[in-house]
Parts: sequence; C-alpha cells; structure tokens
Amino acid sequence: MNQAHAFTQKHLLGMEHLSADEITTILDLGERFLEIADRPIKKVPTLRGKTVINLFLEASTRTRTSFEIAAKRLSADSVSFSASSSSTTKGETLIDTANNLDAMSPDIVVIRHAQAGSPHLLTKHIDAAVVNAGDGQHEHPTQALLDASTIRAHKGKIAGLTVVICGDIDHSRVARSNIFSLRKLGARVRVAGPRSLLPLGIESMGVEAFDRIEPALDGADVVMMLRIQLERNAGGRFPNTREYARLFGLNPRRLALAKPDAIVMHPGPINRGVEMSPSVADGPRSVILDQVARGVAIRMAALYLLGGGSDAAE
Amino acid sequence: MKLRPSPLESNLVERSEILDSVGMARVLRRLAFEVVERNGQDSYFVGIRTGGAWLAERMVRLLVEGGEKRPDLGAIDITLYRDDVFHGLPKPEIGPTELDAPIDGRTVVLVDDVLNTGRTVRAAMDVLLDYGRPRLVQLAVLIDRGRRELPIQPDFVGVRLQTTAEHSVRVMFSERGESDRVVLRERIAS
Amino acid sequence: MPDILLRGGRVIDPARNVDAGADVLLQNGKVAAVEARLAPPSGTKVIEVENLWVVPGLIDMHTHLREPGQEYKESIETGTAAAAAGGFTAVCAMPNTVPPNDTRAVTELIVRRAREVGVVRVYPIGCITQGQKGESLAEMGDLQEAGCVAVSDDGKCVMNSEVMRRALEYARGLGLPVIQHAEDTSLSANGPAHEGAATTRIGLRGQPAAAESAMVARDLELVALTGARYHVAHASCAETVRLVREVKRRGLPVTAEVTPHHLMLTDEACVGYDTNTRVHPPLRSQEDVAAMRAALADGTIDAVATDHAPHSPVEKDVEFEQAAPGMIGLETALALCLELVAAGILSPAVLVTRMSAAPAKILGLPGGTLAPGTAADVTVIDPRAAWTCDPSRLRSRSRNTPFAGRAMRGRGVMTIVAGSIVFAEEGRVG
Repeated sequence: MNQAHAFTQKHLLGMEHLSADEITTILDLGERFLEIADRPIKKVPTLRGKTVINLFLEASTRTRTSFEIAAKRLSADSVSFSASSSSTTKGETLIDTANNLDAMSPDIVVIRHAQAGSPHLLTKHIDAAVVNAGDGQHEHPTQALLDASTIRAHKGKIAGLTVVICGDIDHSRVARSNIFSLRKLGARVRVAGPRSLLPLGIESMGVEAFDRIEPALDGADVVMMLRIQLERNAGGRFPNTREYARLFGLNPRRLALAKPDAIVMHPGPINRGVEMSPSVADGPRSVILDQVARGVAIRMAALYLLGGGSDAAE
Repeated sequence: MKLRPSPLESNLVERSEILDSVGMARVLRRLAFEVVERNGQDSYFVGIRTGGAWLAERMVRLLVEGGEKRPDLGAIDITLYRDDVFHGLPKPEIGPTELDAPIDGRTVVLVDDVLNTGRTVRAAMDVLLDYGRPRLVQLAVLIDRGRRELPIQPDFVGVRLQTTAEHSVRVMFSERGESDRVVLRERIAS
Repeated sequence: MPDILLRGGRVIDPARNVDAGADVLLQNGKVAAVEARLAPPSGTKVIEVENLWVVPGLIDMHTHLREPGQEYKESIETGTAAAAAGGFTAVCAMPNTVPPNDTRAVTELIVRRAREVGVVRVYPIGCITQGQKGESLAEMGDLQEAGCVAVSDDGKCVMNSEVMRRALEYARGLGLPVIQHAEDTSLSANGPAHEGAATTRIGLRGQPAAAESAMVARDLELVALTGARYHVAHASCAETVRLVREVKRRGLPVTAEVTPHHLMLTDEACVGYDTNTRVHPPLRSQEDVAAMRAALADGTIDAVATDHAPHSPVEKDVEFEQAAPGMIGLETALALCLELVAAGILSPAVLVTRMSAAPAKILGLPGGTLAPGTAADVTVIDPRAAWTCDPSRLRSRSRNTPFAGRAMRGRGVMTIVAGSIVFAEEGRVG
C-alpha cells in the first residue's frame, strides 16, 4: 500500500526533464483514469476545492476542451481564459497576467502560448503548479504522453519500437516532446520531411533524419504524421500542399512500406489529402480517435499528480 | 517532504495474535454464511482494495465450496475519494475498480479487513454511488477495532476489539506472501 | 586637481612596447613621465600601486548610453559612471537613441551633456543613414564636425547594397570609419537565438551564423570596390573570422571587434530562457566561441567592445522572443577578458592592446598609450581581486546581465581621466 510514485515534479513543463519512471507513472495512472469515462457518473471527487485555470493565449479548441474535461472529471473548479477574452491583447504582459492569476490563488495553471519558454517564465511568478499545454515550437508534453499511452496500448510496449515522425519537424512542439519521450522510453525515432522543415542539429536529439518518407517508413511500427501548419508560415518552406502531399503524404501505398501491423497517428486536426489521405486517416490502422480519448485520461493523471504535489513535495 | 508521522515498524511490538490462519478462515466462513442467511441469493460482495478485496474473493469462494450459488463479486479502489488524499500521504497507487455486474437495485455488501475511523467506508460508499444506485448497502468487516470518527456501523463483524491510539491491527494475507493471521501490535516510545 | 604619482606598479603600454615595473607621473592632466623610479615633486599625490597593473585608459568603442530618449534605461551620467567603474576612460556612444543621432543637433546635445555630467570621455558615433532607415545618407560631414568619430546604423544593418556602397564612398572622402552591424535580416528573420542544436532542442526560432557572415562577405566586396575604412561590429562567428582574416591578408582597411559575451558564452546559455542571454548577434556555438578567442589572440579581431546595451525590466521581463536584445557589459568586460589572460589565451599586453590601443587607433582617438605628453587617461587594474557579479551593485541604471552571480577575478580599481581620479575602489586613495 501507499507505494510512493516516481513523480516529484512541481510542474509539467516538458518531456525533456522527466525520467522514464516518471513518464511511466503518468501513463499507468492515465490507464486507470480511462475507465472513468465509461462510468455512469464520469467524475471523481479527488480535486474537489482545487482551482485549475486554463490560460490559452493561442487558439486551441481541442487541447483546451480536453484539459477542461479532465479538470471537471476530477471535480476541480476550472476556469478558462482564451486569447480573445484575456487582457494580453490590451497590452498586458504575461507577467501582469501571471500576477493577476496568482492573486486568485489557483492550484494549477495550464498554459498554451505561442512562444517557447512562456511556461518557464510563468513558474517564476506564480505559486501554482504549471502545466505546459504547448509553448511555441518547444514542447507539448501532454500530447507526447497521450501518444505514448496510445502506442503502449496498441503495441504492448514502447522500448524497441521504431517510430517515424513525419512532417514539419521544425515548427512542431509535438515532434520535440515525442522525441524526448520516446527516446527515454527506449524507442528508435526517425524524423522525416523536406530538408527545409528539418531543424539544424535534430540528430543531436538522438533521432535519425530522412529527407524522403519512403526509407523512413521501412519497417516502422508507428507512423506519426504531423499537421502541416500553414498558419505558422511553413508555406514558404516548400512549394505548395499539392507537392507536399505528392512527396510526403501518407497514402496506402506508402503505408505498405511499414510493418503490416503498424499504427497510424496524428495529433489533429488533420488536413485530409495533405499529410494523409482520407483512406489512411479513417482506415483500420488509424488510432487517431483513441489518441483523443486518452488525452483526457492522461491530462487527468497530470492534474492529479500536480494537484497533490504541493503538499507532498515540500 | 511533510509526511504524516507513520508508525515506524521498528517501534511496534506484537502484543497478541487475534487470529491464526485457521481462525481467520473460520471467521470468514461464518461471515459469508451470515450474509447469505440474512440477504438470500441477492448479495453482491464488493471488497475495498486491497485487503477487503481479497477477503471478498475468499468469502465468495467459501460460499461456492459450501454449495451456494456464486454471488456477484467486485472490487473498488477508494484512492480518488479519500478525504486525506492530499494531506501528506505519499502518492498512492490507484487500483482498478472492477464490478461483475451493474449494482443498480442490488444488495451490496462492502467488505473491508479492519474497521477503524469509518473514513474508508465513507469513501467506499461515494465510489459505489458513482457506479449506480444499489437497493441496500451493508458492511462486513473482519475486525472492528472501534474508535469511530463517523456514524458508521458494520452489519457483519468477525471480531470486535477494544483498542487505543497506540494500537495497530495488522492483517496478513497469503495473497501478499505472508501466512494468514491477524495481530495486535502496540507502539512503544522510542 | 593635484598631480599624481602612481608608484610601484607594472606599467603595460603595448603601443610603446613597454611592460615593466615603473612609476607614472601625471601632471596638469597629461602623462609627464614613466620611469623606473620617480621622486614626487612637492604637492604631488602619491598612490602606491604595487602588484597592480597601470595601463592606458580602456576605450569602449561600442556603448549604448540611451540618451537622448531612453533615460529610464541609461543616461550619459549613469552610463559613464558605469564605464569608469569598469575601468574605461572613454566610450563611443552608438547612435540608436531616440531620436537617433543622425543630425548635428543630436550630436551636439550628446557632447554638451557629456561635458556637463559625463564621468569619462564620450565620443559620439553618428548614423550612416537618416533615421537608420537604410535609405538616404545622413549628413555625415555635419556629424563629423559636431564631434562624431565614426558612422554606424548599429542595431540595424544597412541592407541595401547600393546604399552601403555610397555610404562607404562618402565616408571614405571624410575619413570616417563605417561600422556595420552585419546581419542579413531576410536570413536572420528576427530569430532570437543562434540556429543550432540548442535552439532546436528548446524550440526557439534560430538565426544561422550565415546571417552575419553573408553580410560581412558582401560588405568586403564593397570595401574592395570603394577602399573605405570598414569595421565589423560585434563579430560573432567563425566564418566572419575567416573572411576578415583573408581580407586583411589582402591589405584592405578592415577591422573588427568582439564582445566579451561572445568570447565567454555559447548558445547553451539560452537554454533556461533567461532573457538576459538574448542579444544581437545571438550567442553562438562552442566552435564559434573558440574561433573568436583565437582570432582575438592573433589579431584578426582587433578590439574588444562591450556592446553595453541597457534594458529595463519592461523590455526583459517578458517572453524570450519578445525581449529586447542586448546586455550590459561595461562593468564586467575587463574581468571577463582577464579570464582569458588567466587561461593563457591572451597576454596582458595583448589584452591592453585590444581594449585600449586598438580602439584608439581604429577610430583615431587620443589615448591608447601612456606616452609622455598624452592625456593622463589611466586605468589601474588589480588582476587578482576576487569578486562576485551582483547586478544590484552595478553603476549602470539597468541590470540586464547574464553574469549575475558569476565569480570574477580581476577588476579595475582606479580610473583616471585627464589626470582626475573618476573612480577608485574604496580605500585606494587616502
């Protein structure tokens, strides 16, 4: 009984600084929380009286909704600020916002922000535990956790698997968090995309880089396709989506290069017909909706561990 | 790290053996049949993890061995419902809650190893009610050591003990690689 | 102002090839004599400087004093006080003030304010183009007459090749050096950090070293075309070093400077998102730092310049990419360069050359030597003094340094400008 979890972090800022044990702890807890979604009353009282603020300073419907549901299922009081309703558009700095939030004594602040390092800045100005829900092109740890959870559920393990991450690696926080996470968990990670979307020095993160998708797919267990983020001006890095789809889009012919039981993942939202053909996105190998379901459970696990941390970690 | 002072194993001395393995089996059998006697075939045994869940499993096995129809069996984990979950306990493990069948309209017998303050049972009732609406909820415990902090009373009791705050009741399980027994221990000043 | 005899120090004056124990007599604001043993004339204040270095006053050829316009960050008064405390007897004020120093009126204001409240000498640098917009040339002749010693659009790069060509030609006619902030902005795209393994890991947008070296390469072609005196501000990467080394071999009138932070820090310093490490050009790779050190030692890089760039918390207590680039440097430069001396990379004489004689020579300034008859601008250095960088104790109005808490060894203990002691460590003067 009461065997202590291997999780001692005050914040969840990224996968880079989590140990394999800590990641496994969150994944195990996430498994337990999955079941709550099947109950008649999808709610446990664990975080009753705790306040979770979702500070979303960059547009996001899916991740915000997922965090809101996670907080509510743990009975936390959760409030969301979004970019349009927040005062940052009125010239208030992130630190002003942080100080204002801090005055309301939240227990956990979940932050999504367009610039790398913003959650780290926040931790210097507030007492609450901070969860990074995506900072610029840096990290998106809960996405990597739900991806690891999905892979483990479908493959039974992560160590020894070959995972291909394909697309706009340079602008992708999903790619970075997954690289940190999957490498720690013992997977082989390949990244693939046009050279103009592969950041300098990516190999130093322990991955193999490919500028064609076909050799990267050879023998892969997991194929993770990234969204082409046209809103981040990735457009200037390759001619157009037509050529991108032709050279890098995942279609049934290319998927046949991976292992017969390879699974296909995508962090959403999908540009059908660009990074992935509809028949692959909606096909039998796709586990995309399972990723979404696991997102709520993983976020519950993260909130649970951080919500209790303030007492136990002192 | 601020941990609630937990009794150091080394500061506890064994005062007496309440039950040995034969006694434990005898008491459990009696409890199981008392439940069936009072409730008929409808009883739904739900153990509270971890000790209570093992006891509920054993009671069901004893009933089947005694020729009774196998009652429904379940196990619940109360970690997420504890009132002290964030008060200095090490991060608890959360076990799965497993229920054979819906509990709506059923007679549920919660099973726990030791009844003390009643807080565990309070949490267990909250868990149960999130899964459905039983017709009746009863409580069966192997040991009732008194010292209640909530208005909760057992319906079926194996052994009643008078204890003080210095006492610790420890139930050992073969499921955990120990030999079945129940001992009363006392804390001595270190 | 009494005359001063600095007695018993180690005089390092590389311009005259001197490195020996000697006394230095300062009379009427000038160096009167440097001899092995001097008897103090009556009325002379004698200061014992045994075990200390006596060197020509350090000159910072790249300082942002922020006046006029941004006195909440720094002013001529506070900036020159910081300079004095850092061992500098002169600073060159970069023109990106508000308004920028692109007209005689602004230059005259700076000169007047420096005379009124300046602690050390201030040499203004004027703009290359009006408003630093990179379009039309500023009135360089007027600026020069008012006191500017060079022109630069520092903070911005003159991107247009035709404008740069004409600027070089025009400045050549006036004998003014042109100092370029070399950054191809289409390539750097405002990237807040150096593009490489560290930025890839921490998700900051990076700018490649080629954003600097490509612009230097273009400029060197224009120098070959125009024959103008060209100086690379804050050179930061190995490729720039290679280009400058090659062009110097050809005898073109090109010089370059490096900042202490580009000698001491790599892009790994940005990993914690400390906005004090956000600087233009960005902190580079380990290889680049090694190249800068070697180039400073062998003279490919002529001078050390601080690029002292004060910013307030308004500009720095923000997200990394939002933060204004720059860090203060006047009060840490000497100690950081002394680390290179301690490491055997620079000799004491080379250090003094890079921080005093070379800047004087590049800009044609008085000073840079202790030759008798020159102005009595002297810095006294204790190369062994141990201290810790505490931003709250700095003279600068701003606190934006990434070196806070760093254990330092060596510092200026006395700064003398025109024979007057403008800074002295406590207890140094009776």
